Amino acid sequence: MKTITEQKPFEEISEALSGVEKVYVVGCGTCATMCHTGGKSEVLDMKEKLEAAGKKVTGWMVVPTACDELTRDALEENAKDVEEADGILAMTCAFGVQTIILYTNKPVYPSLNTLFVGKEDTPGHFIEVCMQCGNCILAKTAGICPLVRCAKSLLNGPCGGSVDGKCEISPDVPCAWQMIYDRLAALGQLDKLEEIVPIRDWSTSSAGGPRQVTISG
Amino acid sequence: MKAGTNLEKVLVSGMFAVTAEAGPPKGTSAAVMQRKAELLRHCCDATNVTDNQTAIVRMSSLAGCVLLKQQGVDPVMQIVCRDRNRIAIQSDVLGAIALGIGNILCLSGDHQMFGNHPTAKNVFDIDSIQLIQALKAMRDEKKFICGDDISGEVPLFIGAAANPYADPFEFRVTRLAKKVKAGADFIQTQAVYDVAKFAKWMEMVTDQGLDKQTHILAGVIPIRSAGMARYMRDYVSGVSVPDEVVTRMEQAKDAKEEGAGVAIELIEQLKEIPGIHGVHIMAVGWEDIVPEIVKQAGLLPRPVL
Repeated sequence: MKTITEQKPFEEISEALSGVEKVYVVGCGTCATMCHTGGKSEVLDMKEKLEAAGKKVTGWMVVPTACDELTRDALEENAKDVEEADGILAMTCAFGVQTIILYTNKPVYPSLNTLFVGKEDTPGHFIEVCMQCGNCILAKTAGICPLVRCAKSLLNGPCGGSVDGKCEISPDVPCAWQMIYDRLAALGQLDKLEEIVPIRDWSTSSAGGPRQVTISG
Repeated sequence: MKAGTNLEKVLVSGMFAVTAEAGPPKGTSAAVMQRKAELLRHCCDATNVTDNQTAIVRMSSLAGCVLLKQQGVDPVMQIVCRDRNRIAIQSDVLGAIALGIGNILCLSGDHQMFGNHPTAKNVFDIDSIQLIQALKAMRDEKKFICGDDISGEVPLFIGAAANPYADPFEFRVTRLAKKVKAGADFIQTQAVYDVAKFAKWMEMVTDQGLDKQTHILAGVIPIRSAGMARYMRDYVSGVSVPDEVVTRMEQAKDAKEEGAGVAIELIEQLKEIPGIHGVHIMAVGWEDIVPEIVKQAGLLPRPVL
């Protein structure tokens, strides 16, 4: 499981950094490195681009895992260069950005779009398989989540747009319900599809402010 | 009678029903709907008003239904699950009933990427089968989804769609059975061109006795041109247009006449399929042709019940 990111267009980053003359750049050695969006080489490319755009890069680092508390120590160790900057460009996912802001008074600007929590299904290809809805239904759907893999999040089987195993939105998108159907057929559990899945409780999902959990004991 | 609409009366009487479709305008003109009502009033038993079909913003189905109703047409309000959550949908249902609309067709809805607002956020709080179930509970138990009581009567004749041409083929009968179990009083199918495949599906449907538990209307889309035939064959998901129909349209001297002819022949064939209770003609902007098709198919005059 990784947080999948993509680079924002440089124009958008430039616009966010307008008025920020001196920039400190932070990359991440985990997910963003793996996605080729915030590893050492991307950070060095960004440094070059920023300098070409007339900015001064006061320093850079690739922290091991930007969302980890060790990021605080890394910022402290590099305090001199960080302090000299007007702002920090975070080449990390949004978890990283929101970790960095805890440990600095400098404005922090995201360089990446955080796309989804993804699974690498074939080398170099990542797919979203879980939307973290808080109310798992995989027992009924042969371990394949229709909420995230069906373009309409349908719960009672494929819509009329499922053709040859593909979703109506694109030939590159497999129909989640065809996948579920095939797997249930192989498991001898097609009868599960005859039940009407009732209306969901979405309150466990992201419709009610930040979800929080306290581990007790 | 569940709602006592004209559509329900015709279907319950056992007569072969004819429904049509009137797409609302991409604008504010009531006259557009009134003109469609004029065209369709005498040649069909009820008329569907689409709900932002293909995810293109149009006048609301509710408003379109009211405009048809004022012209003496029995409207079928379509509701898609794409744009509204359970709160908005139930609210619209109450309003529709208050305005005299009794037929509601429940649909998932075309994905927003096909429409003119592809950057919109979709809703899909509930799906089409859950919507059928919710409407049934509103009618039979007078309860909202949350369990609260509804004040007043809730007369509804509940419809759903079925597409025998989508995959997995074997599941299509199961899906229909789910819709019937959820409470679908009538079914309007995707457009039929491949009659053999449709007949095979209907055989599976009748084997399960589903045609006795709901009223099935077969969908017909008259084709205006060879280009439209090709487009529907190649680009419309879940529609199956055999090459012979495309060839026929390409070779026709008068494409419109040919297209109407194809539709009439299809209706003649569909009438003979056991378990079919009517046809649903979706003219998609070519409503002018509907009276002629219905007449040539021997389905006029429509019953007055």
